[in-house]
Amino acid sequence: MTKDKETVMLTMNGQTITAKSGTKLLWAALDNGIYIPNLCAMRDKPEPEAACRLCWVEIEGRQSPITACTEPVAAGMVVNTTGEKALKLARTGFELLMASHALDCARCSANGSCELQKIAKVLKCSLKPKRFRQLLRGLPVDESNPLFTYDPNKCVLCGRCVWVCRKHVKSGVLGFAHRGFERRITTFGDEPIGKDCLNCSACVKACPTGALTMKDGKKKTDIA
Amino acid sequence: MTIPEPEKSLEEQNRIIQEAGQILSGFSRKRESLIPILQQVQSRLGYLPREAMTTIAEYLKVPAIDVYGVVTFYNQFRLNPPGRHSIRVCLGTACHMKGGYITLDAWKRRLKINPRETTPDREFDLDTVACVGCCTMAPVTVVDNKPEAQVEPTKVDGILLAFGHPVDTKDKEKSESR
Ligand code: SF4
Ligand code: SF4
Ligand code: FES
Ligand code: FES
Repeated sequence: MTKDKETVMLTMNGQTITAKSGTKLLWAALDNGIYIPNLCAMRDKPEPEAACRLCWVEIEGRQSPITACTEPVAAGMVVNTTGEKALKLARTGFELLMASHALDCARCSANGSCELQKIAKVLKCSLKPKRFRQLLRGLPVDESNPLFTYDPNKCVLCGRCVWVCRKHVKSGVLGFAHRGFERRITTFGDEPIGKDCLNCSACVKACPTGALTMKDGKKKTDIA
Repeated sequence: MTIPEPEKSLEEQNRIIQEAGQILSGFSRKRESLIPILQQVQSRLGYLPREAMTTIAEYLKVPAIDVYGVVTFYNQFRLNPPGRHSIRVCLGTACHMKGGYITLDAWKRRLKINPRETTPDREFDLDTVACVGCCTMAPVTVVDNKPEAQVEPTKVDGILLAFGHPVDTKDKEKSESR
């Protein structure tokens, strides 16, 4: 990677914005107050996960929409975050996610700070879309940790908890296992989260949904 | 849910660690070695016990959960020791149409295990396959590498009886397809 720190100018939704060269479009947008739905992106991750498929934008001169978390800014680029094609892809992705989400906002401690609620609003989409048949996972909720609860049925498999967990515990407590519909965030041998866990709660803070929540009712934003 | 493995004696655990160690010494400590290592350890031990997985993780300096993630992702890897008899229920298109899932339910009910598990007495292990190439015989179950034709629940009982396995008919109606 070159160490060019120069800034580039580009147009986003008709607005002229600047960003450091090399920055991905998603961060350039968020830093300039333009929200693009996103679940899996993390700033300090060298390679974007690009797993949630929600951050679609349209770029002038490109045939089809592009994921904003993978595309670096370029001088003179003209970006539209609200194009119909991009929104259509994002909505479909979101509807698929929510088709296997154990929705229960009223009793969820993420209620009000949940990224899914925010995305639904931005996409003008219901949290309970009708297009796809609902298929819930019915996995057991893990209450074993003294500080937090893990409900895999609300997990969107964004991988953010896995990434931050490995920054705190070298050997990594959380990870992905199993395949297809069975895929989930879990521990070695699908054991309760507790062994090897430092109780740092970094994963709870990183989680964009109500899958990882504090037991004492603390909001994610209150975690030191 | 934890790894559904039978209990092992300390001696057996040490043997596993030692055998895994022998195989590991032939590999460089690179992440890319993971799948070939898992394949060799499994062909030596018949399955991938948790002690083998943690030994491999330490050697490659990767989180144990990542080894577990790979093992649970690929169908070729087993977490359970093979049984004396292998039961493979075909769920290919033809067998599916002919009620392969009903056959699978019958096996699950009789052996009281799920696919990719082994009975506690290590007599039988159960798994599914996707078409074994004799669709006219659907629904097929491959018993010890021999495809059996038209395996409906009554034939499941017949095969088990031939193995001298007592068939408990009390739980006949307790189908719990997943
Ligand atoms: S995770 Fe979000 S969308 Fe799901 S129940 Fe909780 S608040 Fe609602
Ligand atoms: S538990 Fe939360 S942070 Fe982890 S993958 Fe699921 S939704 Fe993402
Ligand atoms: S934020 Fe771009 S794919 Fe998830
Ligand atoms: S589908 Fe079962 S043998 Fe072909």
